Amino acid sequence: MKKTIAVRSLLVGAASALAAVSLFYSCAVPKTANLAAGDAAGKVYVPPGSYDQYYAFLSGGYNGQIGVYGLPSGRLLKFVSVFSQNPETGWGYNEESKPMLQTTYGFIPWDDTHHPELSQTDGVPDGRWLFINGNNTPRVARIDLTTFETTEILQIPNSAGGHASPFTTPNTKYIVSATRFSVPIPNNDVAIESYKKNFKGTLSFITADQPGKMDIAFQILLPGFNYDLGHAGKGPSDGWFFFTSYNSEQANEKLELNASQNDKDFIAAVNYRQAEQCIAQGKSRTAPAEYFHNVMDEKSHQARSEKKTSVTMLDPSSCPGMVYYLPTPKSPHGVDIDPSGEYIVAGGKLATVIPVHSFSKLQKAIADKQFDGDVDGIPVLKYSATIAGEVQKPGLGPLHTEFDGKGNAYTSMFISSEIVKWKLGTWEVLDRMPVYYSVGHLMIPGGDSKKPWGQYVLSLNKITKDRYLPTGPELSQSAQLIDISGDKMKMLLDFPTIGEPHYAQALPAALIKDKQLKYYKLSENTNVGVVHAEKEGGISRNGRRVDIKMAAIRSHFAPDNLEGVQVGDTVYFHVTNIEQDWDIVHGFAVLGAENSELIIAPGATRTLKWIPKATGVYPFYCTDFCSALHQEMQGYVRVSPAGSNTPLIANISKKAAAQISKNEKEHAQHSAAGGGR
Amino acid sequence: MTRLSRLLVGAAALLLAAVYVLPLWHVRLIAPQYPEGLGMHIHVNSLQGATETDLNNINELNHYIGMKRIETDAIPELAIMPWIVAVLIGGGLLVAAIGKRRPLYFWLGAFGASGVVGLIDFWRWEYDYGHNLDMAEAIIKIPGMSYQPPLIGSKQLLNFTATSWPGWGGVAAGAAFALGLTATVLVIAATRKSRAMQATTSTYARKGNVHLAAAS
Repeated sequence: MKKTIAVRSLLVGAASALAAVSLFYSCAVPKTANLAAGDAAGKVYVPPGSYDQYYAFLSGGYNGQIGVYGLPSGRLLKFVSVFSQNPETGWGYNEESKPMLQTTYGFIPWDDTHHPELSQTDGVPDGRWLFINGNNTPRVARIDLTTFETTEILQIPNSAGGHASPFTTPNTKYIVSATRFSVPIPNNDVAIESYKKNFKGTLSFITADQPGKMDIAFQILLPGFNYDLGHAGKGPSDGWFFFTSYNSEQANEKLELNASQNDKDFIAAVNYRQAEQCIAQGKSRTAPAEYFHNVMDEKSHQARSEKKTSVTMLDPSSCPGMVYYLPTPKSPHGVDIDPSGEYIVAGGKLATVIPVHSFSKLQKAIADKQFDGDVDGIPVLKYSATIAGEVQKPGLGPLHTEFDGKGNAYTSMFISSEIVKWKLGTWEVLDRMPVYYSVGHLMIPGGDSKKPWGQYVLSLNKITKDRYLPTGPELSQSAQLIDISGDKMKMLLDFPTIGEPHYAQALPAALIKDKQLKYYKLSENTNVGVVHAEKEGGISRNGRRVDIKMAAIRSHFAPDNLEGVQVGDTVYFHVTNIEQDWDIVHGFAVLGAENSELIIAPGATRTLKWIPKATGVYPFYCTDFCSALHQEMQGYVRVSPAGSNTPLIANISKKAAAQISKNEKEHAQHSAAGGGR
Repeated sequence: MTRLSRLLVGAAALLLAAVYVLPLWHVRLIAPQYPEGLGMHIHVNSLQGATETDLNNINELNHYIGMKRIETDAIPELAIMPWIVAVLIGGGLLVAAIGKRRPLYFWLGAFGASGVVGLIDFWRWEYDYGHNLDMAEAIIKIPGMSYQPPLIGSKQLLNFTATSWPGWGGVAAGAAFALGLTATVLVIAATRKSRAMQATTSTYARKGNVHLAAAS
């Protein structure tokens, strides 16, 4: 007994010593990261079964998609397939969605998404649609916020690098796209060193307020700079659009050095009402331009591509008063308009100040002709005539600014890796928050609109390093959520993000939560391969083409055994999920198919193309765990040699047979009744 | 019949017409995967889902246990019930119009009998659906398990909690019967009283007080 006590006290002593040592170490070892404020956990905790306050849409960057996250929890809710084939959903693999990725360069299975943009009504996000740009093969896409599906993609002609996109005007009359890389327009075979002579930039205004009808309203041909970002005016500056540009040096090699020579580059201030007037006055020209417009039909679930052949082009020289250049220090990146519409904030990547232009001073400078020469006939305004103020010593590498609607601005600093809060009008720095590491964009819900929901700022960091458990050389990206409801910023949460979220948008969940579609109405499905009931399934041959129509319902396919397919046939499996119940999704995959699976929402039809190369029996199965007997949800296709006389057979389930006989009986009764009359 | 009794019977007949609009009975199914529930409304002439897809979804789930499809066409009573109700309404209005005792008793008896037969029939269908399963097609087979939902109240059926209770139509029918019953009780009471009075009157009449007899 005594021995036990002695051992125990020894153990207790050792444990206390260990605790003391570890306490010492935890104090002694410096923490690399800022510790979150004491009540941070409670502020981001969303209990099981409860919902987040905001939907946040983060671009997927080089994955070509959009990540949907909940805030403040940072929980990932969904990835929306946009410009990239996504084998997880079958997007770009199934026959229905393939036309969505059609361009004049052919079928492009990938892109680089940068800037999600919510549609707006009167300058405030309204939850109708989300737009996003494809940077590499310039495109813009519309995502329907009742289905979280991409419903429309428009290619941007006369453009290379659709970076300044798809920022919206206050009522989503237009979204825009500007060329990041100037190219010969129309593009042709010229020496690269003839850049200054031959290369041009374009600004595209795209009509966006009619779903399914996006189109290039007009393009403006500009000097060959790199057009980087843009934002529309609002309130007093409504009717204007502002684009940053860099490489006003018009260098075509070693841009790192050669495009950083000028003390100032430009913000292009575009009066788009003036552009509309010039078009109405016949001052535009029709330029040949080939581009695709792809639309997903809501009822048939089938996308269609249409090739267009011209655009309306405006030259600034034939439309005076349409474009002015505002000199802005050192390769400006972001251009952000404050909620009042008066201030135009630029983020000069290499600047030592944050310059803020005033819209009223801009108007006056134009009226007073305060010009400092011109570039290719575009008047350059005097810097001193438009500048309202400069934020001094803001930090290093200012990129983007968002607003809280309470008179404050928040600017991301890439090089000094921090977010800086400063006051509009006095230009004084109020607070700094270090972020890990090297923030690119930052996002306040509605922070680029007339009425920000100024509760949080999300820091979208470019470099992750040691923030999470290491995962080899390639890491996720990192986002940080910061509380901005008080005077001082409070760090709340780190969470990993996928791809490279450049920009993001967020809006209160209440704006779209209750209008989410739960299933597609089967009765409204007009897909060519649809079946509305099990009995409509079957197999048919037309030459070397075989069409198989199939119903998927818990927990079987109907038909589930198919014969008569031959080697070398082009087989189309048209699979309709005939369920009408929320979240009862079925999948479909067949052995050796050279594309992806199908994922089929309730009420939808998806089609998989399959060319069997060898004889045999091929199983197919449901890939989305749908029900208790999901593992039994399978079938077989028999593949016979080419020219074989195996008859076409699609077996019929007892249930389908009963349906057929019932229908036949009813039909017979109806005919009999009809005959009696 | 007194004026009040006639009014009560008339009101009962009119109240009964509510069953053409409102469901007689509800069955609600809640499961871990269906926190929002699936619902079925039993109307006088049809079976309907609580949403446009609920009935079909209930039937699709029921295929696992080999249950027959629950649908309006499968239950012939649903074609007859509107007519029975129509006769009860018409009868009630007639009784109120003519104001005679015996038709009232007959009407109430028919009403009560219809209600009892209806509930028994409902229970019988529940029993039939819950027990007469197609074992050849059933996927989930649990020896001794039946799937009869309760007539009223709750019962656990595999992962579903099935709850049944009267709908506003059923409540209206019950209230209509209660009104009819009240009218009948009043009439019976009045009749007894008048009989008693008649008896007294006859005694008086025999004694020559003829003027009192006129009062009845």
